[in-house]
Amino acid sequence: MAKKPRVKVPSKASKGQVFQIKTLITHKMETGTRKNKKGKLIPRMIINKFSCKYNGKEVFSANLHPAVAANPYFAFYTKASESGTIDFAWTDDAGKTVTASKKITVS
Amino acid sequence: MAKTIKKPLSVDRRSLLKATGVGVLAVAGSGLLSRTAQATPETAAKKLSELTGGAAVKQGKVNVKLPEIAENGRTVPMTVSVDSPMSSGNYVKTIHVVAEGNPNPDVVSFNLSPGTGKAEVATRIRLGKTQNVVARAVMSDGSVYEGKRQVKVTIGGCGG
Repeated sequence: MAKKPRVKVPSKASKGQVFQIKTLITHKMETGTRKNKKGKLIPRMIINKFSCKYNGKEVFSANLHPAVAANPYFAFYTKASESGTIDFAWTDDAGKTVTASKKITVS
Repeated sequence: MAKTIKKPLSVDRRSLLKATGVGVLAVAGSGLLSRTAQATPETAAKKLSELTGGAAVKQGKVNVKLPEIAENGRTVPMTVSVDSPMSSGNYVKTIHVVAEGNPNPDVVSFNLSPGTGKAEVATRIRLGKTQNVVARAVMSDGSVYEGKRQVKVTIGGCGG
């Protein structure tokens, strides 16, 4: 479905610092209300779930509906607690999941 | 004499019947469409109370940032922030966003945690027409706060 997602996470942070994460994934987010040239409805196909886990613990997630614009973009914040990985996952209506992962060093 | 009066009368009645028949059909059709394919402020409010479990709503704390005029409804930048310390004992659990004039009221729900650090999320949404966008935040102690913002949309973004 979607191409490789883009994720922006700082590589270093000091303990307790609140930093911003930006994510973007290429996806049409077909609403299910549009019609094709023959007048038939195009079936809905959207990303309905996004989640962000910090060392396995979910810090942020979102439930998406067709009213989220194409190529879903999220900018949110996370508090630096310890060094480790931040995992991202996007799941669409067909149940397919695209993931991304970033490392962060906390000093 | 009697015949000439009768003829125009009967023609009138027939055309009248035809016209009212079409009229009734048109009204019934439009009523059905608007009920199934359009959110209203009422359905949006109902959806929000479903999502928040019917808790009492207080105004304030929630700030919905949207452009005053959106030239293109297909992608409207939105930032929702909630006034909260985001500590382990006092944080924002969920933020639900609904739109009052889209085909469906649901827009997006964010699930936050103390690890989020700051209750502010930015994304891009679709808006079908000029309408209010309403956000409700559920706090860790169960209280619910609401904020809303009106957006004027020049070109709708819900297809059709």
